[in-house]
This record gives sequence, C-alpha cells and structure tokens, in this order.
Amino acid sequence: MDRFLFLTLDGLSRGAVLAAFALALVLIWRAGRIVNFAQGAMAVAAAYVAYSVTAATGSYWLGFAAALVAGLLLGVVVDVAVMRLVDHRSPLNPVIVALGLVLLIQAVLGMVYGNEYLPARAPFSRTALTVGGTAVLSPYDLFVFGTVGVVGAALVWIFTRTAIGLRMRAAAFAPEVSRLLGVNVGGMLTLGWALASGVGALAGMLVIPTELGLHPHAMDLVFVSAFTAAVVGGLDSPPGAVVGGLGVGLLLSYVSGYAGGDLIPLAVLALLLTVLLLRPGGLFAPVTARRV
Amino acid sequence: MSNDLLRADALAAGYGPVPVLHGVDLSVPLGTITAVIGANGAGKTTLLRTLSGMLRPTAGRILLDGKDLRGTPVEQLVRRGVAHVPEGRGVIGELTVEENLRLGALWRRDRAAAARALDEAYQLFEPLARRRRHLGHQLSGGERQMLALGRALVGRPRLLLLDEPSLGLAPKVVAQTMALLRQLRDDTGLTVLLVEQNVRSALAVADQGIVMSLGRVVLAAPAAQLRDDTDLRHAYLGF
Repeated sequence: MDRFLFLTLDGLSRGAVLAAFALALVLIWRAGRIVNFAQGAMAVAAAYVAYSVTAATGSYWLGFAAALVAGLLLGVVVDVAVMRLVDHRSPLNPVIVALGLVLLIQAVLGMVYGNEYLPARAPFSRTALTVGGTAVLSPYDLFVFGTVGVVGAALVWIFTRTAIGLRMRAAAFAPEVSRLLGVNVGGMLTLGWALASGVGALAGMLVIPTELGLHPHAMDLVFVSAFTAAVVGGLDSPPGAVVGGLGVGLLLSYVSGYAGGDLIPLAVLALLLTVLLLRPGGLFAPVTARRV
Repeated sequence: MSNDLLRADALAAGYGPVPVLHGVDLSVPLGTITAVIGANGAGKTTLLRTLSGMLRPTAGRILLDGKDLRGTPVEQLVRRGVAHVPEGRGVIGELTVEENLRLGALWRRDRAAAARALDEAYQLFEPLARRRRHLGHQLSGGERQMLALGRALVGRPRLLLLDEPSLGLAPKVVAQTMALLRQLRDDTGLTVLLVEQNVRSALAVADQGIVMSLGRVVLAAPAAQLRDDTDLRHAYLGF
C-alpha cells in the first residue's frame, strides 16, 4: 500500500509537468490549429539559456526567470519568423516545418553546448519527506505542484477574465469576424505562441532536473508523453490537457514501478494508439458547435 | 460638396484571377439606408467584403467621409466608425452572449462609454439580457440577429454594413429588424448599407435602392421609385 501511495504521488508530480507541457500544445493548437512538434526542442533551448545564466550569475532563480523570458521570446520568433511564412492550406506544412525546427534547434544547441549531458540542478531537495514512516512527496514535488498550479490558474484567469484573453479566444474561433470587430488577430496568434512557449519552457525547467540532465534531446520522450496527454484530453480542451497529463503521469509511474522503467515508452505509445482508435477527439472532445 | 458618407468609384475586385466586381460606382448619403439588391452571384457580398477591406480592390477607390479607405487594415475599420455584420451574422458560437457583445466594444478607449453602450444593447434587445451566459451556438436565429446587431452597435458606428440580415429568419423577425434599422436611422442618424435578396423588405425600409447584376450596378434609384414603378420592377427585379 505504501508503495502504491508513493507511486501515485510520484505519478501526480510527474503528471503535473506533463499537464503543463500538454497545456502548451493545446494553447497553440487552439490559437492556430498547429501541433507544435518543436515544443520540446524550444523548451530545451530555454533550459540551456537558464543553464548559461545560472553559470554566469550563480543564481538558480535568475536562470529560471531567464528561461521563462527566453521561452516567451522564442515563441514570438518562431511565430513571426517561421510559422507566419508557412502556407497553412495543408495542415501537413506546419507539421513538417515544426519537425525541421526540432532538428535545427537541437543541432544548434549541440554545436554551442556539446552533445553530452550537463548537470541540471533542482532548486529544492528531491528526497521524499516521510510522514509516519511512509515516503510521500519531496520538497521539489511540492514546488512542481505549486508552480504548475499557479501557471494553470494564471492561464484560466487570462483567458476567462481579461480583455486580452477574450480577444485571443475570439481570434482563435473566428478570425475574420474578430478582425471586423477590431481585434488584431495576427498579434493575438503571436501572443498565443509566446504564452505557450513560455509554459513549455517552464515545464522543461521543472522536468529536466528529474531526468538525466540537460541535453539537446532531453525533452524528446517528455514530448511524446505530453503529446499523448494532450491527445487523451482532446487537443482542444485545456482541462483535458490537465487531466490527460495527470493520467499519463500516473500511468508512467505505475508502469515503471510495477513493470519496469523500460516499458514506459511502450506504455505511452499503447495509450496513444488506444485513444486514437477508440476516441480520436479525446476524452474531453467538445460537442461540435452547431452552425446555422 | 456632397453629403455622401461612403463612396465607391469604379471599384473592381475578385478572387484570384476571377473578377467579380466590374467598375462599381455607388454613393451612400449620410443618415440614409441604402439597399443593394440583386440575384445570387450578383456580387453583393463581394461588394461588402471589398468595402470593408477583407478583399483588396484591384481597381477603383473607396471614400469614407472623403478619405480613402483603401490601405486601412480590416481591424482598424471599427475605429473609423464602420461596423460590418458579415454573411451568416458572425456570432461566435463558442463565446457567451456577454462575451460576444463585449467584443464589439473592446476597442473603445472610453471604458465607461463602452459599458453604457452594453447596457443600452441589453435594453434594446431584452431577450439577450436573459441569455447573457448562454453560448452563441445555443441561440435561435432571431437572437443571433439581435446579438450581431447589438455587437455592431456597441461600437457606435456611423456606417453599418449588413450582409443579408433577413437570411434564414422568420418574416416577423425580418420586419422587426428592418423597423429597428429605420428607427436607428431616424433617432441616431445611423447610415446603413445593406445587401439583400429579400427585395420587398429591403425596399420597404430603404431610402435608396441599388440593383446589381453580374458584378455591375445596373440601376440606382430612390427606393420608393423601385417599389412603385411597375415597369422598373419588371425590368430589373423580375416581379
């Protein structure tokens, strides 16, 4: 039972990060109907910025802030300098371009920083605290929950309570009508990229210290898991991304705890396949709006 | 000096290599209702889309208050006092009634005036006030019409462009819409350019009728004349 509890809590912690990363994918999908396969590579690039800043200043938190800023900026650059120029008539075009971006970013990072693992420090202890003899959560897990919770709440607030959030939603749902109502649709799309990329960078900062360390490919498997989480929840649904993320986190934790860590990629792919076969719209697929 | 709020001179536009409008001239006097009528494919919707900048004209010019409107980005149009209610009314189904309405006034700097305009819209269209929290796609056709008009009006436009306001609506709702346009013209001096296939209801409220056929203006006449002159009606409107 102790083991089950530990695996569950560990899975939720892992899932919280996946949820944040899946949320980033959902943000871009909703804004521009693009599955951003470069999300992982962009997050790694931001994490390398954090590494450099931390190395130069000695402060983890300055590096953390730098990663978020780098994430936001990278999102703007990718949208304005790359995705805007892509012909979106075929949905395959942005996907191919995003995959190309992955190769480009990983190659540049490899050239600048080298292709070996760099140590990634966690700002809090990762040793689990024990309550009544049972290992539960580590301080770092609590930090992860807190950060993801704050970011999630901030996104909900932005999208449902602010004028800019209303503009972003309107621009995504009905670009032409929104322009007629004075909404700068292109600007809202860029803002969506910035937000998503910032959230992705945050998720990268949270997950990399729990894995092998910083490497151009550090987010590859995380991306697959988060993509699965987003698809499980339904690419259109932010709550779905959170539930999907937590679910995939739990699945990964149970699989690695009870069956062996080698099976994780297999379990993720099996889940992805099952969802795509049984409910391709995801668990939280909204009822298609009736258009009159 | 004329008192035309909107003028188009020799306007040409089309989709890709396919021209749709061939040298359209029209003028919309301030504080009047102009109805553009014509069959399917006459270019009515294309005309509105060109006037509001969603489609770039290939030739000719558009003057709003004597100032060229070409080169004004679509999203700046509301700031110039032009509201365009597109074909199908453009209610955003995924947003609530309240959010749709707020969107219409979001560009306005004067927040207090925008809030007042919202209240007025709810007074003008009471059913909307009861359905504030409902999503756009839950509304009936008539409610959508109210929402689309309300959303355009909270931007306090001088010129209202309407694309087929009668489309898919019960005759009673169409009559209410037309009566409302007349009331707005009389009370607030709103200028309206509407495009209609429903010739009778459009001419019932309009001051001026413009008949389009195959991308050209074939006749511009006072609406009363189009209504009452049987020969004209037979020749241009086919009834």
